[in-house]
Amino acid sequence: MSKHEIRSPLPGTFYRSSAPDVPPFKSDGDAVASNEAIGLIEVMKTFQEIQAGVAGGSIRFLVDNEEPVMAGQVIAEVEL
Amino acid sequence: MTIRSVLIANRGEIAVRIIRAAKALGIRSVQVYSAADADMLAVKLADEAIEIGPPAPKKSYLDIAAVIAAAKRAGADAVHPGYGFLSENGDFADAVVAAGMIFIGPSGDAIRLLGDKVQARAVAEKAGVPTVPGSNGRIASLEEAHAVTAQTGFPIMIKAAAGGGGRGIRIVNDPAELDKQFPQASAEALASFGDGGLYLEKVITRARHVEVQILGDGENFVHCFERECSLQRRRQKVWEEAPSFLLPADVRQKLCDSAVALARAVGYRGAGTVEYLYDDESQAFYFIEVNTRIQVEHPVTEMITGIDLVQEMFRVAGGASLSVRQSDISVRGHAIECRINAEDPARGFMPAPGTITRLAVPEGEGVRFDTMLYEGYTIPPFYDSLLGKLIVWGEDRTACLARLSRALADLKIEGVPTTIALHQALAADANVAAGAFHTRFLETWLETEFAAPGGRTVEVA
Repeated sequence: MSKHEIRSPLPGTFYRSSAPDVPPFKSDGDAVASNEAIGLIEVMKTFQEIQAGVAGGSIRFLVDNEEPVMAGQVIAEVEL
Repeated sequence: MTIRSVLIANRGEIAVRIIRAAKALGIRSVQVYSAADADMLAVKLADEAIEIGPPAPKKSYLDIAAVIAAAKRAGADAVHPGYGFLSENGDFADAVVAAGMIFIGPSGDAIRLLGDKVQARAVAEKAGVPTVPGSNGRIASLEEAHAVTAQTGFPIMIKAAAGGGGRGIRIVNDPAELDKQFPQASAEALASFGDGGLYLEKVITRARHVEVQILGDGENFVHCFERECSLQRRRQKVWEEAPSFLLPADVRQKLCDSAVALARAVGYRGAGTVEYLYDDESQAFYFIEVNTRIQVEHPVTEMITGIDLVQEMFRVAGGASLSVRQSDISVRGHAIECRINAEDPARGFMPAPGTITRLAVPEGEGVRFDTMLYEGYTIPPFYDSLLGKLIVWGEDRTACLARLSRALADLKIEGVPTTIALHQALAADANVAAGAFHTRFLETWLETEFAAPGGRTVEVA
């Protein structure tokens, strides 16, 4: 089975949900559609949605909620 | 007690500004920093620097216990909060005092009183300061809201009592919309601020944002005239001036006197800003809020009055009286400040951190650049996008604008996108030259003049 890596386009802070008191966009093992949001990157107080970019059977997150990320860092993997 | 050492509970350009004031007064400076800020300019300039936590603001610059612990460890006599972060947190001010140090700002009680928008409005009314027509404090029900709009008319803003900084505001245009939006606004305010309290204010269309700089030592209160900050994008100031160019002299006098009356009513100590909306047509001004801290745009006031506001904050906090009386303070010339942000105006003002590969700063009479930049510095992505503030002074506004254009052309920042090109276009705009703007001017101008296809071509410096 091949894997697709979802990378952060920017350095910043990664969030797995749209607000502190709502459930995460996706949990480990969930299926994803290409245009589905999987998280947000906060860069200089601006939020950018990260989409899966690929349809797949199962997503696995490699970065925790509210963790700093570098540009190009792999945030999650999707099993195709 | 005279302050001998100060902990700076902030970062970026304002931390640099505070260190410069401390050095001028012979005060030892102690800079706190997060793990992402070890290379920042303020750390290099301070006499001592202490790491207080990880990059996320709430784990470092917003962590009251971590900041207090650093201040005690460094043996600081005082804490300067700058702007943003903990600067308007009354509990932080109390914690600094409880730890045996001086908080450079008003008391925790004064911060809480003026920070609550409904209470601040009541204080203003009592001091005789005109307020925006609206509800008399919090409103308990939708029926009460309808009774208010029967008096004020529409459009009206529903505001969260615990909101501020442009957050927690909804605009409604008729009674049916009020029915729908009122319960939603209450639920949202409760979720966002932990307080569902709402109040109403009439929308003043085509208003200018004018604000008065105040200083107090608890017994004496003065104003340092006004600033105009009407050029805003998404309720964030972009370009600020002092004085407000088209304000009639009698209105200026009444406006500034009202800010002093407000300062006196609360026994204000420190530097503060009373913000107003000003309606050109009716020449009426209305109180909006008080900011109980130094403002980003304070340098334009320093340029026209010659008063060092940050040094004055240190003196007053140390127990001295104000160094100036009202009769000593006058306006000379005109000043403009441009906020230079790491944002790309051509891509919807998308912020972009990165490494500064080249920095050339304009110099000469009447030109000041307050910044945290140096060549080779990597701007972290965790904080705001403000890189620096270009402040230019001239004998009058026309001379100031001409000097500003030259200074902007000489300011070179490479390695990240910046808003320099936006300011060059504004400095060359006929409406800006005429002072013909209001708080909604810039957003429209960006669409029609700046970004429109076939419109003005923007030269990137």
